[in-house]
Amino acid sequence: MTSNSRNTTPGILMGGTPLGTVVAGSLSEGVEVKLNGDASVEDIPVGSYVVIQGETKRFFGMVSEVKLAATDARLRTMPTDLSDLFVAEVLSGTAAYGTITVRPRLLLPMVAGSDAELAPARTVPAHFARASKASDADVAQVFGVEDDRHFAVGTPLDMEAVVCLDLKAFVERSNGVFGKSGTGKSFLTRLLLIGVLQSRLSSLLIFDMHDEYGWEGGDAERGRQVKGLKQLFPAQVAVFSLDAEKAMGRPVKPDVMVEIGYSDIEPEDIMVLRETLNISEVAAESSYSLERHFGKGKWLRAFLDLEGREAIFELANAININTSALASFHSRLSNRLARLPFMVEKPSQDSVQALMDQLDKGNHVVLEFGRYGDDVPAYMLVANLLTRRIYARYRDRQISESAGKGKSTTPLSIVIEEAHRFLSPAVASQSTFGIIAREMRKYNVTLLVVDQRPSGIDPEVMSQIATKVCCLLDDERDVDAVMTGTSGSRELRSVLAGLESRQQALIFGNAVPIPVAVRIRDYGTNDSYDSLMRSPRMRKAASKADMAGEPSDARPKDDEDELFG
Amino acid sequence: METTSTGFTAQCYELYGAPALGSLVRVGEPAVYAIVHNVTTAALDLGRRVMARGAAEASEAAVYHNNPQIARLLATHIEALVVGHGVADALKYRLPAAPPRIHAFVYCSDAGEIAAFTQGLGYLRLLTSSSTPAIDEVIAANLRLSAECHRDPDTFRTRAGKALASELAGDVARLNAILRSIA
Repeated sequence: MTSNSRNTTPGILMGGTPLGTVVAGSLSEGVEVKLNGDASVEDIPVGSYVVIQGETKRFFGMVSEVKLAATDARLRTMPTDLSDLFVAEVLSGTAAYGTITVRPRLLLPMVAGSDAELAPARTVPAHFARASKASDADVAQVFGVEDDRHFAVGTPLDMEAVVCLDLKAFVERSNGVFGKSGTGKSFLTRLLLIGVLQSRLSSLLIFDMHDEYGWEGGDAERGRQVKGLKQLFPAQVAVFSLDAEKAMGRPVKPDVMVEIGYSDIEPEDIMVLRETLNISEVAAESSYSLERHFGKGKWLRAFLDLEGREAIFELANAININTSALASFHSRLSNRLARLPFMVEKPSQDSVQALMDQLDKGNHVVLEFGRYGDDVPAYMLVANLLTRRIYARYRDRQISESAGKGKSTTPLSIVIEEAHRFLSPAVASQSTFGIIAREMRKYNVTLLVVDQRPSGIDPEVMSQIATKVCCLLDDERDVDAVMTGTSGSRELRSVLAGLESRQQALIFGNAVPIPVAVRIRDYGTNDSYDSLMRSPRMRKAASKADMAGEPSDARPKDDEDELFG
Repeated sequence: METTSTGFTAQCYELYGAPALGSLVRVGEPAVYAIVHNVTTAALDLGRRVMARGAAEASEAAVYHNNPQIARLLATHIEALVVGHGVADALKYRLPAAPPRIHAFVYCSDAGEIAAFTQGLGYLRLLTSSSTPAIDEVIAANLRLSAECHRDPDTFRTRAGKALASELAGDVARLNAILRSIA
């Protein structure tokens, strides 16, 4: 967590604009810094970084609170008439002054550019230690510089320095992108996916509910379309689609059309839909009885083929299920599932095998739902069904590998939207997503959950989310859910509340050494594509390809040529 | 005429020849610096009251002209608060070990000396903590006079105001009153 690559000028003490002096505080509450007369509270937003030069240590921390204070309580009740500029100038910073609370998070090396490890701060700077704004060099020392392992996700709110995610730490465990609707979750997720994709540290399987990641996505605010992963990395990304009609209307056809056979659906898939389809527990659990009655792989078709109430009542009696519950269950499934065009008797190809083939090639898969993205049960059914089967294969492989019989597999990150529907307390224990989230990287499969209602996610699952990327959240319960178990959550709440509604996010967890409020880098302009494609990783990959002349390594360069000519 | 550790009284050689309220004065060797906080003109013989004269005179000047003994019977005294002293080549904004001696000469500091003395503002602590009547007026007068001796009076006033603010942190009303007198 604390090791980072650094690229700073050695031998000088770094530091930005002086801010003030430490006058009080504690490790748990943060230290209070009285601002100098020339430092205005208006220039120090919550979430900005501060370096405090102690006697023997340099502390790096984040501003968690900004306060106005006065030496004389009467100033509050009898404000001074500040029409006299001289009086105003004298009083500001002396009798009336500002303070900031800084939570020390890391210890920096005393000398910039030193390779000493960054250590967590376990004490506070002494009285009267000088605080200054963190310089770009300080921030670079903490967040590293963009390289094979670090992806530049944006800049701190009031700085130009780059904040990098440690992608290796990021892909090792499950992560979450949260934020209320319209805060740019999809933009942010797209960027994160590009980072992971370029790093080649993990394969991606994206359940693209609203067709935002595959070919192109919408930017409602600017009224434009932005490029999806397939346009940026055509050779590395395969687009699977459920909606033939919509997909065929595009210049580039999907690589695979997905069809789901009735025989693929298992009772567990129905259990996950229980809340969404408003099916009673008794009715949902009857699917297990139906499976036993009709046989594995046949039960759903056979059940849906039943016609007339009498046939259903007869079946209910035979398997000892409440007749009205079974009738209601039959009606729900018939209305919601049987009409889906991608549900077929016999799929033309094994979608799971096609998916696995792509993942085995080191490619990434975006499954576009097209018009069915708005059909939540359809989305959940397909996502859960495919994930269950893919997860089973990864698990088998991992077990073989542990036994020394198989080759090692590339880790897989599965991206799901509307995650609370799969991971609610009622469902999480049964859905494959819940199992993946809880078992973490045991079987080389992790989740990237994208959600606007984190309070709906099982707390046990939330506690396993290693890196949280939070855009603005309004609902107290959602904020509580995201912050649970996070150290210094009170400070982070005020940072989170202060985020703008777009293009800003608070990132905390494994992939960053300390929590950071970030202005997300731009996406959607030619310059932004250019900077993403010409990142250090891509340059390195391209130069490797030039030297070796290997087609597989040349992929990124090919992608680049395709885009930029 | 009278000295203590915190201040002294001096008689002016000329009647009404006192320096302005708030002026910096120097006395003795090594130098002790003080701020004039009170000026008194009264009869030399404290047992005899001054009689009103000049009922028939046309002007105040005529009273003094036609009664030359007045200048001999009256005297002007200044009272000053000690605010620092010289040690070797340095200035210390604290009370000297021994007060100035009786009959020591008291000099008005010139602009250069005032500018040098007020480079530091530690002496304000001795003034603000004094229980002398109308001390706030004395402080304001001193800062007004001192500002004129600096190349950039506005910068000095602001610097002095901030130093005063830290001394009077708990009494903003008093601070405000002084600041408005300085401006």
